[in-house]
Order: sequence, then structure tokens, then C-alpha cells
Amino acid sequence: MDPILETKDLRVEYRAGAGRKEAVRRLNLRVGAGEVFGFLGPNGAGKTTTMNVLLGFLPPTGGAAYLFGVDVRQPIARQRIGYLPELTYYYKFLTAEELLRFYAKIFGIPRRVADERIDALLKLVELEHARKRPIKGYSKGMQQRVGLAQALINDPDLLILDEPTSGLDPLGRMKVREIIQRLKNEGKTVFFSSHELGEVETICDRVGIIHQGQLQVEGRVADLLQEHHANLEQIFLKIIGYQPETMAGVP
Amino acid sequence: MSSVLALSGVVVKELYRRKDFYVLFVLTALITLLMGSVNFFNDPKIVRYLKDICLLLIWVSSLVIAIGTTARQIPAERENRTIFPLLAKPVTRAQVIAGKFLGCWAACGLALLMFYGFFAVISATREAHFPWMQYLQAVGLHWAVLGVVVALTLLGSVLFTAPSSNATICFIVVTGLLLLGRHLNQVALQQSEPLRSLVYGIYFAVPHLEWFDLRDFVIYGHSAVPWIDWLLAWLYAGVYTVALLFAAWLIFRRKPLNQ
Repeated sequence: MDPILETKDLRVEYRAGAGRKEAVRRLNLRVGAGEVFGFLGPNGAGKTTTMNVLLGFLPPTGGAAYLFGVDVRQPIARQRIGYLPELTYYYKFLTAEELLRFYAKIFGIPRRVADERIDALLKLVELEHARKRPIKGYSKGMQQRVGLAQALINDPDLLILDEPTSGLDPLGRMKVREIIQRLKNEGKTVFFSSHELGEVETICDRVGIIHQGQLQVEGRVADLLQEHHANLEQIFLKIIGYQPETMAGVP
Repeated sequence: MSSVLALSGVVVKELYRRKDFYVLFVLTALITLLMGSVNFFNDPKIVRYLKDICLLLIWVSSLVIAIGTTARQIPAERENRTIFPLLAKPVTRAQVIAGKFLGCWAACGLALLMFYGFFAVISATREAHFPWMQYLQAVGLHWAVLGVVVALTLLGSVLFTAPSSNATICFIVVTGLLLLGRHLNQVALQQSEPLRSLVYGIYFAVPHLEWFDLRDFVIYGHSAVPWIDWLLAWLYAGVYTVALLFAAWLIFRRKPLNQ
């Protein structure tokens, strides 16, 4: 089966002072339809850089990246995706309803369809009561939920979520997790990065752990847990080279 | 095209939901009303003088609105990170530039309509003869020149990160062009080579924004500009606007946007 998301020997280099820094090194990823893939790594590992390439914000230095088999440098590759960035402050002078209508227009969604979808999405993210209120009055959790709604406005087949629960309180995290779970049940493909390894373990089918720009481990969550006889957090810490005394026994 | 129109719609919404536009309008309206009340003295010279002040204020306000609104567009998108969900949709960077331009220009047009509409109502009620043709030509060319100013500021906003520095630079450049542009050829004559050729080069390269200022035609009731000249002025503004937008796109299309 053709992958929905694929990178082939992806390389990204930055200018760092006089020299160059390799942020992503020969990254090969394949995410199939209907999968929930957790993209993990410590800060600065190359997760967001990889997402930036996938979304066309950054050109790759080498290799290639594809969404639905289309090179990510072509805008049409983004027709069937939804993207939730980490901590975005949406146009504060718009209401949630106006914001979603704006993004619906970007996709060229007919008004009647957009109206129905906006109603359904505001219900899904539990923002119906605040639909006419300017976003400037929203809490962080509400902003993140309106962000999730905008990511779903085109009924995407692939969702790319960059730390979707970052900065949220436990209730907010649970709500976002429930939404991802629901999308998974609907057969959507989800590619997301997170530092909440507990939630990754619960939601994801497969994970990839990137460290210093290189993919260290990739596989099914159940297989990794069985293979390492440890939970995901312990596996993660071991891979990034953190070895406290309590982990000495982890193979 | 729907993306461009959607983007421009958001820019227009932003303008009329911000307070700065209303502050400028109220300020201009107050002075215009003052002009209307002074006419009770029946001294036409005072009325002309106040009309001059009022139109000057409309010009200054329109430049503040055009530069202020445009300068913050791209930097604010980056600062608030809204550029990321936007570009993650099937939108090209050329469409973002076009949408922002169209929105800012339309917003300036709406602001001009309000300013000039108010000015016309007050002037027409105070004067026996109001030069409608000259007035409409003045509004038209004013809007055309704002297209050049918006495009110039948009170019600045992809070059400079801070909206304040971009707005300051653009305001200085535009004011300089309006006040000094017409004198550059005379300055060139007073220089020796190669400075003379350089100043001449600048004189012919920069847009002559002062050509679009028809305030005197409205104030003194001069005969209207021939329509062919008026249309050529629009064409002239159009060429500069397209060139500046093209330059903005050239810079923006390859700009890495790193989160």
C-alpha cells in the first residue's frame, strides 16, 4: 500500500555561525493510511524541522518528502492535510466562527458545506458557546481547540499535529486526546509529535524516535515495549543516552 | 482566487475592528467640522485655507493607515505564528502577497471613501459651487498612489522583521518622495559627474508620488485633468505597484520559515 507520508533520505542543514549544522540526517519515514504515528525526540532533535519540510515551510537540503505521493514543495500536496502548530495565536480580532469560515474559503469549500462543517467542528471541540466571541478573549486551551478545529476544516485525510497538548491543563489535554482518539476511530491518519509519552503510548500505533537529527528507533508501540521490556519513557530516555541508576536494569 | 479574496477579507476586517482608524477619522472629522463652522464668517480665503488643512490631514491619515496596516501584516503573521497554519493549506506565497496587498489596498479605499465622503458632504453644504469632477479625480488618484505605498510597505515587511522599523522607513521614504521627488532633477543639475547621473537615475527610477496629489484642483477649483492623463497616471501607478509586489514575492518565495 502506498504511504500517505514518506521521507526518503531527507536532509536539512542550517547555517550555524561560520559553519553548518545538520538538523535532519538521512531520515526515512513511511506512514500508512489510518495509522497514528508518534514522532518523538528531545527538544532540538529535528522533529519540528522535519514537520517544517513536510509542510513546505523549509526546503530540504537533500532527499525528498512526499504527502500522498506528491512532492511537498507543491502546494497541492497540502490539499488533504490538516495542521495544528504548537501554540499559535490566531487572528484575535476574529471570532472562532469567522476564523473557521476564513480557512474554509482558503480551501474553496462551498458556503453551505462550510456552515455545516463549522457547526460540527465547534461542537466537536466544545466551543459552540464561544463561537461569536473574539479569539482574543480565549484561554490557552480554547485557542488550542480552535486550532484543532481549523486543522479539521477540510475534513483532512492526514493530520499533522505539533505537540497538540503542549501547555494545556490536564482537562484540556484529555479533551485533545479524546479528539485524536475519535479521529483515529474514523480512520484518519495522524502524525504527531509530543513530549507526553504516556499519551503517545495510549494513542499511537507506531512511533519513531529521533535524536540529533537521526531516526534511532521506529516500530509498533506494542513491539517496542515487548522488545525492550520497558515503558516508552524508559525506552526514550535510553535512546537519547540518559542513564540514571534506576534504569540500569533496562536492557 | 478564493484564497486571495479570503486573505484580503481578513485584512479589511482587521482595519475596521481596530481603534486607530476611528481615531484618525474622528480627528479629521473634527477639523472638517471646524472648517464648516468658520465659513460663517463668509471669508472664502479662510475656507480655502481650512480645506487645505483638511485635505492635508486626509493625506497624512491615509498614509498612516496604508503604512501602519500593511507594515504589520507579514511580521504579525510570523510573530503570532498564524503564517504556519495558513501556509500549511494549499496557498502559495504569491497568493499570500496578493491577498495582503488587495486587502490593505481595499481597506485604504474604504477609509478614503469615509474621509472624502465626509469632506464632500461638509464642503458641498458650505459652498455654492463644489468642483465634483476635480474632487472625484483627486479621490481616484489618491487611491492609486496608495496602491504604490501599500506595495512598497509590503516589500519592506518581507525585508524587515520588526513592523515598527518597516513603518518608520516607509513613512520616511514616502514623505521624501512626496516632498523632494519633484526637485531631484534640479538637484542633479547642480552636481558634477558622476553624482549628476546618479541623481538623475534616481529621479527617473523612483515613483513620483507627488503627481497624484490633486488637492489644489479641489481647493482652487482648477479645471479638471484630461481623462487620458488621469488614466496614464493610473497606469504609471500600476506599473510601480506590480514591480514592487513582484520584488516582494521574489524575496518571500524562498524565505525559510522556521518555527
